[in-house]
Amino acid sequence: MPLPHFLVHSPKDNVGVVVVEGLRRGTQMLGVITETDATLTLTADEDIPIGHKVALKALKAGDTVIKYGEDIGKMVAAAGVGTHVHVHNLKTKRW
Amino acid sequence: MASKSKTKGERGPKVKFRGWRRENGRVGVRNHVVILPLDDLSNAPAEAVANNIKGTLAIPHAYGRLQFGADLELFFRTLIGTGSNPNVAAVVVIGIEEGWTSRVVDGIAKTGKPVTGFGIEGHGDIATIAKASHAAKEFLQAASELEREECGIEELWVSCKCGESDTTTGLASCPTVGNMYDKLIPKGITGCFGETSEITGAEHIAKSRAIDAKVGEKWMRMFEAYQNEVINPHKVDDLSESQPTKGNIAGGLTTIEEKALGNLEKIGRTCRFIEVLEPAQAPAGGPGLYYMDTSSAAAECVTLMAAAGYTVHAFPTGQGNIIGNPIVPVIKLSGNPKTVRTMREHIDVDVSGILRREQTLDTAGDALIDMIVRTANGRLTAAEALGHREFSLTKLYRSA
Repeated sequence: MPLPHFLVHSPKDNVGVVVVEGLRRGTQMLGVITETDATLTLTADEDIPIGHKVALKALKAGDTVIKYGEDIGKMVAAAGVGTHVHVHNLKTKRW
Repeated sequence: MASKSKTKGERGPKVKFRGWRRENGRVGVRNHVVILPLDDLSNAPAEAVANNIKGTLAIPHAYGRLQFGADLELFFRTLIGTGSNPNVAAVVVIGIEEGWTSRVVDGIAKTGKPVTGFGIEGHGDIATIAKASHAAKEFLQAASELEREECGIEELWVSCKCGESDTTTGLASCPTVGNMYDKLIPKGITGCFGETSEITGAEHIAKSRAIDAKVGEKWMRMFEAYQNEVINPHKVDDLSESQPTKGNIAGGLTTIEEKALGNLEKIGRTCRFIEVLEPAQAPAGGPGLYYMDTSSAAAECVTLMAAAGYTVHAFPTGQGNIIGNPIVPVIKLSGNPKTVRTMREHIDVDVSGILRREQTLDTAGDALIDMIVRTANGRLTAAEALGHREFSLTKLYRSA
């Protein structure tokens, strides 16, 4: 199997994690859902650093972000499919 | 004729290591002779003794004066627990006065190991250093003749805590630790996880991993007390850059919930924790996995677990936390290929193959178990070779 560009913990997740260095906008990415070994493809719409999250579907402000099949916070700005999800558009619901 | 099925307990090869059996029956994997200052004032003479007697180890620290109440009890529990750890063969305690010095000596003496103490007041540094150096020399030479013996893996106490986490810790290094516990807890080891602030967002999962409802409810009371007594009265924002840290954020972690879910991957899929421990409290309920109410700061957490008697520590890191401990070998594992490449000298177990789907959690868990056994047998960890001896006392509130 070719090397995956991103991994997803659970089929419920709406974000994945980039696992290659130097990912460029426009890359046709291969992803694997680790829980099921299912694969998916996605086009990177931004440069995204290794370890950072990519939106698997269009997210709007107020949406709950799901990772590990669990709630990890809320969007405070929109993110298109294949774009970077991080502190600029995702915040904790705690504290 | 079909071969007989193996009876329970015989599955798989019996894992052994060679350690030092101490007077109280516990087994250590290191043989340190510690020069333990009671208080901040006594660091200089303790370090002078360790300089005189080569091969002894001073453990300087910042506290020990005018503490009171629960904070003082935690202080004594941590110091006595450190000296009592089976990785320590013998201890020389040096304090500014004899009263509290004796309290630490008497606490460590309950293990049966050689321990003595010296107060400085009325004698001065130089005479104290001379007397303590004579005692340290005797202890060191006696310890140098102690021999390792073969022990079953169930004699190991293995704690865990992750640091400078990123999203790769949740994908690779933390679940590798979880795989290790899923394999070794059934073989009878004693495990430990903690980091109370860092369960925030995953507390429902942590509670569900208690052995029964009573322990789960005790865990939740501990967690809520932490939120109500520490976080809520003192927070000025959402703690971003403290929890998650700036390093976590650089590595791609965004929220405390995300960090907590990755953190909990360290307890695997099948383990249940059997008790909730106070900071530095020694587990007394037999083998199994324990939760300890600790800070998520690496050195504080590992110091507390070492003081509870854990002898080996598994430490997943993403961005490259470099922590060690004076008496407990801290095994670093990382799944971040960039960290493994740029900070190679700090990493004992490379599990970055998990991200490339070249390595499974099962083989990664086996690689960690192999490194735990090698480390128990005497292999120096990266942190030991690099001289990392972080010893950080947890303070509950200001001294009087």
